[in-house]
Parts: sequence; C-alpha cells; structure tokens
Amino acid sequence: MTLKDATAIVGIGRTPFAKHLAEDERTLACRAVLAALDDAGIAPDEVDALASYTMEETDEVELAKAVGLGDLTFFSKVGYGGGGSCATVAHLAAAIASGQATVGVAWRSRKRGSGPRPWTNTTVQLPTPAQWTRPFGLLRPADEIAMLTRRYMHEYGATRDHLFNVALACRNRANQNPAAIMYDRPLTREMYMTSRWISEPLCLFDNCLETDGALACVLVGRERARDCPNTPVYVHSAAQGLPAQHHGMVNYWNDDPLTGPAWTAARHLWKNADFTPQDVDVAQIYDAFTALVPLSLEGYGFCERGEGGSFTEGGALEIGGRLPINTGGGGLSEAYVHGFNLIDEGVRQLRGTSTAQVPDATTCLVTAGEGVPTSALLLTNRS
Amino acid sequence: MLEPVRDATGAPFWQYAARGELRVQACADCGELRFPPRPCCPHCRSFEAEWRPVSGRGRIWSYVVPHPPLLPDYAARAPYNVIVVELEEAPRIRLVGNLVAAAGAALDSLDPGRIRIGARVHVVFSDGLPQWVPA
Repeated sequence: MTLKDATAIVGIGRTPFAKHLAEDERTLACRAVLAALDDAGIAPDEVDALASYTMEETDEVELAKAVGLGDLTFFSKVGYGGGGSCATVAHLAAAIASGQATVGVAWRSRKRGSGPRPWTNTTVQLPTPAQWTRPFGLLRPADEIAMLTRRYMHEYGATRDHLFNVALACRNRANQNPAAIMYDRPLTREMYMTSRWISEPLCLFDNCLETDGALACVLVGRERARDCPNTPVYVHSAAQGLPAQHHGMVNYWNDDPLTGPAWTAARHLWKNADFTPQDVDVAQIYDAFTALVPLSLEGYGFCERGEGGSFTEGGALEIGGRLPINTGGGGLSEAYVHGFNLIDEGVRQLRGTSTAQVPDATTCLVTAGEGVPTSALLLTNRS
Repeated sequence: MLEPVRDATGAPFWQYAARGELRVQACADCGELRFPPRPCCPHCRSFEAEWRPVSGRGRIWSYVVPHPPLLPDYAARAPYNVIVVELEEAPRIRLVGNLVAAAGAALDSLDPGRIRIGARVHVVFSDGLPQWVPA
C-alpha cells in the first residue's frame, strides 16, 4: 500500500475572515465543513472520518451531531499548533488509503482575532519547556522565533530586507484576493522598515494576522474523486517531522538549532515523491513569522543551507518568480487560521481558481509550522 | 514577574540556583551533560543522573528585545533583553536569561544596543534566578 495519489482533496470550504466574527467557533466550524461538503458534492451523512488539531475547540462529537455526519470510524487530532495543519490531511489520507474510512473531513475553526492570546495564559504550560524561558521574559511565540531569527541572520548574513521580501510577496498576493484581510492595504518597504518592533529583530509586519475564521476540506479515495464536480487534487506525498533532540519553538538546546522539523519532514516527503523541489510550481509555506519562510525554503530543498534569505531576492517569491508562495496572502496577509488557509489555497491553485493563479500549475507544496513538530503535503492535479 | 513553574525533573536546578550555584544535569553513567533536564539519558538510556557544577562563563548565542504587547510586569520593563548563553565548557548547553548591569539589576538595566552575539558573560544570581553580566 502507498499513499501516493491514493486520495484526493475534492472539496474546500471557508467562512469569511475578519478581526471579529459574531458567531462562535463551533458555528463557524459547522459552516466551513458544510461549505466544503457542498463544494465536493458529498452529503454530510457520507462522512466517516474527521481530523483536526489538538488546539481545536470544537470536538468531533459536537461537529458530527450538529451537521449530521454518518457513523465515524476514524478520528484523529494532531498536536503542536500550526505544525499539525498538513498532518490533518495526511492522517485522513492514511485512513482512507488503508481502508479505515471512505470520506474524510479536516477542519480548523479559530477566533484568534477577537479571542485571547494563548501566551497571556500564565497557568497553562504552552507546549514549550516554559520554566526555562518565560520567567526571563521570553513570553510569546514571536520572542521565541525572534531568537532563532537573530542567530540565523548572524550566521548567514540574512537581512531585514530578506524578511521584507517575504512580507511583501504575501501582501501583494493578498492585494489580489478579495477574501484577504489585507486585500486593500498595500505594503511598502518604508512602512516595513519604520513599523514598530514586536520582538527585535522582528517587526509588526514580520508577524501574522490575528483572525477569526474557519476552513475545512474533504478527502476521498482516487476512484471516488473522479466522480466529484471539481478537479481532484491528489495527495502525492505527505509527511510529519519531529527531529531527534528537537525542543519545539524554543529549539536552542541541540547541536544545530537552525535545521528544524522542515528538514525531517522534507526527507520523507521527497523520498516518496515522483518529483523534486525544482518541479514545484507554487508553494504555500507556513508564515506565522516571515523568518519561517527562509528556514523552510532551506529545509524543503529549494536552496542550500544558509541561502534562504538570498533566495527571496529579485522577486523570487512573486508570481513569475522562481517559487511563487502564499498566493492567497498567507498567514501574514490573508488570514491566520493555523495554516489551514494554505491548504485551501494549494487546492485552488491546482484547480486553476486562485485569485493569483500560477499559469498551468500542476504541483504545489504546502507546509505547516516550522520551528515546531511539523507536517507537509505535496499536492498535484496530475495522476 | 513569572516564577519558574517547576517540575520534579527540573527542581534541582532551581534549588542550586537559590544557593547561588549554576549546575547542569549530567548522566551519572556516561557523563553526558543534558539541558533541559529529563528523566533519562538520550545517549546511553541510563536513569541515573547527577547535577554537575559549571563555571558560569559563556558567550551570547543570540538575543531578542521584546516590545509590547507583553504581560504587564514585563511591559513595564520593555524594551528589555532576553539572551541565550552557550556555556564555555559545553557550547551546546544553552541557557535563556537576561543580560543585566549588575547582580539584582532589572532586565532593562543594560542598553540593548550594547549586546553582541559572541560577547563573553558570566552568571550572577538574584532571588534564586540566574542572571548574566558582561565578563
């Protein structure tokens, strides 16, 4: 048995994105799931598998009884926040390919725009060894990643202009996407360079948005996919990655903190793929922070170690560049829903329906959060 | 300010820190240092551990300067610095802390513009927490 092209994403659904949506997370989850099933042309009572994040507030019982799903025979939740986004689809693909289920739905619903910031909770331990970091004021994910970013810039000569290139590419694509939070808000280099700091060396525009919204997708086996109304988007390869001696977002305690989970996921992803990084037409790279993009470009093999910054030069990440990324605007400029909108946008690209379409795209890499135990998908419309 | 949330494995670090000693967990069988502490040695799988004194000298591996929004006690001191120090005797043992002007000084007591990666620092203690001062 192999996962390669055995399953396909046949439906995607989403709510609007906003700083504040009136409805609660459970209602938003129901709306996104029903929209995805409608897009797939599949009735809710055919669903027999679910997958989401451990941080998802709406559990399987609540979702299934609200939207009228069938008998479920597979359900799974993936940990490590945004590192689990692609793994939700990977788990469904494995379940369907191995005969555990036939119709799977993955989803994420979040009110991060109007809800509390997780790091302000001082009693719950975030998935980090907090006693060694938080008393010293390393409080937020932005601080933890800024620490790695400073070291990355020091070791390789990467600059704030490289990080700006990432922020700009995402913003430019959002300016083409009416659903994006930043649709009507262009970004300039001057705005970036003069914006307020969040955690030096990361400024405001290096940080993702805070968004309310929900998304879902529907996965079925390849035979069933051919009968669905939309172009099937096959899961060509899928991987999770938790490197030996990795420490989560505060990965300061191993021999080589600048090679993170992306490297581990990538080795498995490419080993099981019929194409290489050079064959990827478009990529959706997890961008909670700009600095995760150069690290991921290195980890997934688009350039050599230390070259992730310089890779971004010359418009490489823009439409028409070497590797267009985050073509809906990404977490930085479309919406931050723990990376699920990157999966959704990958599907749009391979259907040919993106608002910033890469001409004739046939392959797309989607990644989950780098700097935490992660996951990734290679998607294709060829099979 | 936040107190360390201690667990059984990490508690000895803080007990030694309260006495003004910097100690790092080491395997009592193969001798390998490890940080953060954990129940088992990832090199030889021994459950026998000891807490080994270290010199308290190191170099700055990286640093950040947080700005608001932050928890109120930290926002009142922002911008302040947080550094990662690699220990002189074991560079892959790295401790998160603050670079301060002198033992007991606040975490915003030193101009962040003076901080450099690679700069030598040494440990001091204040209220049971390790701090770092320029060496």
